[in-house]
Amino acid sequence: MRKYNKLIFELSKPGRRAFKLPQTDIEERNIEELIPEEFLNNEDLNLPEVSEVDIIRHYINLSNKNYGVDTGFYPLGSCTMKYNPKINEDMANLDGFKNIHPYQPEETVQGALQLLYELDRALCEISGMDKMTLQPAAGAHGELTGLTLIKAYHESRGDAKRKKIIVPDSAHGTNPASAMMAGFETIEIKSTEEGIVDIESLKAALSDEVAGLMLTNPNTLGLFERHIVEIAELVHEAGGLLYYDGANANAILGKVRPGDMGFDVVHFNLHKTFSTPHGGGGPGSGPVGVKKILMDFLPVPTVEKDGDRYYLNYDIPHSVGRMKDFYGHFGIMVRAYAYILAMGKDGLKKVSEMAVLNANYLAHKLKDYYALPDNTIFKHEFVMAGLKSELSEVTTLDVAKRLLDFGYHPPTVYFPLIVHEALMTEPTESESKETLDEFADVMIRIAEEAKSNPEILKEAPHNTPVRRLDETRAARNPILKYEG
Amino acid sequence: MKILKDLYYTKDHEWLRVEGDEAYIGLTDYAQDSLGDIVYVELPEVDDEFNKEDAFSAVESVKAASDVYMPVDGRIVEVNESLLDEPNLLNEDPYKNWIVKIEIADKSQLEELMTSDEYEQYLEEV
Amino acid sequence: MYPYIQNTPDDVKKMLEAIGIDSVDYLFSDIPENVRLNRELDLKPSMSEMEIERYMTDLSKKNMTINNLTCFLGAGAYDHYIPSVVKHITSRSEFYTSYTPYQAEISQGTLQYIFEYQTLICNLTGMDVANASLYDGGTAIAEAAFMSANITRRNQILVSKTVNPQYRQVLKTYGHLHNFEIIEVGEEDGVTNLDELKKLVTDKTASVIVQSPNFFGIIEDLKAIEEIVHNQKKTLLITSVDPISLGILKTPGSLGVDIVVGEGQSLGISLQYGGPYLGFIAVNKAHMRKLPGRLVGQTVDINGERAFVLTLQAREQHIRREKATSNICSNQGVNTLAAAVYLVALGKKGLREVAIRTTQNSHYAYREMIKSGKYKPLFHKPFFKEFAVTSNIEPDAINKKLLDENILGGYALGKDYPQYKNGILYAVTEKRTKAEIDKLISVLEGII
Repeated sequence: MRKYNKLIFELSKPGRRAFKLPQTDIEERNIEELIPEEFLNNEDLNLPEVSEVDIIRHYINLSNKNYGVDTGFYPLGSCTMKYNPKINEDMANLDGFKNIHPYQPEETVQGALQLLYELDRALCEISGMDKMTLQPAAGAHGELTGLTLIKAYHESRGDAKRKKIIVPDSAHGTNPASAMMAGFETIEIKSTEEGIVDIESLKAALSDEVAGLMLTNPNTLGLFERHIVEIAELVHEAGGLLYYDGANANAILGKVRPGDMGFDVVHFNLHKTFSTPHGGGGPGSGPVGVKKILMDFLPVPTVEKDGDRYYLNYDIPHSVGRMKDFYGHFGIMVRAYAYILAMGKDGLKKVSEMAVLNANYLAHKLKDYYALPDNTIFKHEFVMAGLKSELSEVTTLDVAKRLLDFGYHPPTVYFPLIVHEALMTEPTESESKETLDEFADVMIRIAEEAKSNPEILKEAPHNTPVRRLDETRAARNPILKYEG
Repeated sequence: MKILKDLYYTKDHEWLRVEGDEAYIGLTDYAQDSLGDIVYVELPEVDDEFNKEDAFSAVESVKAASDVYMPVDGRIVEVNESLLDEPNLLNEDPYKNWIVKIEIADKSQLEELMTSDEYEQYLEEV
Repeated sequence: MYPYIQNTPDDVKKMLEAIGIDSVDYLFSDIPENVRLNRELDLKPSMSEMEIERYMTDLSKKNMTINNLTCFLGAGAYDHYIPSVVKHITSRSEFYTSYTPYQAEISQGTLQYIFEYQTLICNLTGMDVANASLYDGGTAIAEAAFMSANITRRNQILVSKTVNPQYRQVLKTYGHLHNFEIIEVGEEDGVTNLDELKKLVTDKTASVIVQSPNFFGIIEDLKAIEEIVHNQKKTLLITSVDPISLGILKTPGSLGVDIVVGEGQSLGISLQYGGPYLGFIAVNKAHMRKLPGRLVGQTVDINGERAFVLTLQAREQHIRREKATSNICSNQGVNTLAAAVYLVALGKKGLREVAIRTTQNSHYAYREMIKSGKYKPLFHKPFFKEFAVTSNIEPDAINKKLLDENILGGYALGKDYPQYKNGILYAVTEKRTKAEIDKLISVLEGII
């Protein structure tokens, strides 16, 4: 592994070029004749000058410092780092999908509209909902969309008092943040000792000021909220709506559907459950599904079919408006649809079965060394409360950093907040038994090091290009761009 | 955890030191220890008025952020600007490095606060 | 056999034995009977790669593309040339199959390219701090409006009618959630009506939002607008810009803009029927902590080596939760990488050349189009890559005729601006040749 530590700006040399325009046969005028001098910048642009060779080497070397699902096991809880199929990339790169302008006349993009429509129908079937909006750009955006729909629903009924959203204390940070963005106040309810929603706490929080409850099922502890029917009844009786955070949908495909559990609105993370790439942070896609009662409020446009013709429908009289430009992340939806076609009705069910089996198997292998609840059925992920042995001072952070030395991406650390020293692990169905066994062996070895040689963990990682970054310094004196 | 006598304390880990009709407010040792290395302190403006339990400031560390709440109703008369350049002062000495000085609006509210002994007991339960 | 699932029946058997259970069904037994899906999903059965390829290729062939049609359509999404290095780099799976760089030690690749992207956006716009991107141009404006409300503690937003209608719709949807008072400032001869703006800016105004070049392609007088806006204490100026135009236009930073936003699709991102694209936002140091989204900062590691890390995370949802600056959890990842690669590939000289060629092309098209008098300019103001003309023929009829000649005509303005009902907005980028433009003109001339 080459040691490479240059910024692209440090490679810049005057006169280097990577790009050239063709000659033009249009008679060129002076720019000042076309655009008045007062608007023009006559100084050199502050951009680097590099050659194509520089560019390729620079980014290839950067890529070598990265770890992706294609590199190895990536058991990040709550993220569903499953394998990203290559056929998805090929399909997204087809000329007919990649190179179409969003404002082209509809008759020239029937294939794109048909894909969107079929995806809409497929996601409705998987979720048990009546109609999707494919517009939201990501999970958090889907949450915001869903909450906006809930708000519009109550407003349309003159129910202006409902300004609160209930969120369990185990919820992902985006839930209360989205509620805030949507103009709601959050009420947090406690989980039971076991880690599921405390029904009494929920009852106490419900009132005619509550617009709804946001829930993920299974929850962030990987536990199925088995009282969901009662929860749905309570919320509906109180006049609220039920929102399903689809982050954990990988556990339930073909087994149970949010629509059947009583949820009124749902979002999926295509970049989790439906195998589209995480991209180093994005782009994702967070389509939202609704029951009939919310269909009138959907963002414009939706995708509809009339006979053989597919079209964009802007005629939604009580629509909340637009959540973003155009129709959603089409490029991501092509990938997700290819995945749904690949797995099909039988395969999607198998996905959940194997995701859940893998998680339970791995949990079983680790339970003697890491703190896990006894006799528990997990779904697709489980959360360890750090090392089982309480002797050493070794923290979850140390375990995570030591895992890097063995070539693994660590599980999610310190989330959910209700578990002390949380290590949230989600293997996904794309991993083999051998991978799980190897990972378990390493985790066990680390647990033993924690007793016999804690220093090696406190000082980990040892083998990575950089080690234990000074985050305090980065936050106290932020340097957010290259100054030269 | 260091606790100074002669200060008032709140359950959100603020301390208050009375000086006549005014008071200094800061974070306790327990608070700075839980937050870790403090990287930023958000300060209110002089003359801002707050009620008891309003958030008048926020303190950020690398991995966490915490609001700081008014122990009593009051008006800001001075803010500790050195915290803007050196937020780490709160870690170094949380009792010497106050966050704001206020004019107390209602002195009777002081009775609702904890004494140092009560706060010590409170910390044992937390 | 299912693709992407590795467990063989033998593996499953061994794993069940290890756990001590009979079947996988046991692991779902805590799902109440009355909600379980007791039937198959009503979807097609699983397909092989060959079948997927055939099915999806057939679908894709039902679409005409900008490779079959000559594109003169813009209105927020553009046909600019994408250098081949861009896709070779963004298709590196170390980049696209990785996650958010929370574990900095094994994500230096991602962190560094984001740091470089932040630098490039700052340098391009003349601002101090840029974040790691937002979803698109429209939501970037909405986030900027939220920021301005947060900073000024006011909730009135003024937005020019010359801002992209889609962006204004997104702003309206978001603004409604926080009971913002959104007032649209009128347009005159294709630019923001400055007299009206002067009257509307008061001490209740959090910010004024304009776009330059605006939706009609016209360059707004940012200098005059800035004076009006900053004449009011605390009120902020938010401007949405076209990054390609910054190849020749003065930077918004040098003109005193407080928050710069924009759509980065022109920076190496394919059209993809509307998304995913790239929103960018950049501010001055004073507002750094109120920025939504991710920020990458430079630091050192334990050995003093320069390294990059996500910083100021205490602003974000995973820490601050309901007090976060925004709920945004992601950035645009590979699209951010594409934009960074595009900007360095074009570089100091290349971006200026693209901007100049674009201007030459659009102005040539404009001159030729209005020559005969059949098509009249709607406005008489300086423009960059788009311009609007009108005639006595309905835009749909014109575009149909153009389509017959494999030309993708401009955007019909009537639905957004009823007063310009026969107006069409044409976009001409550096990709268009003289022959393509001449053909457009000749077909247009033949219609009337």
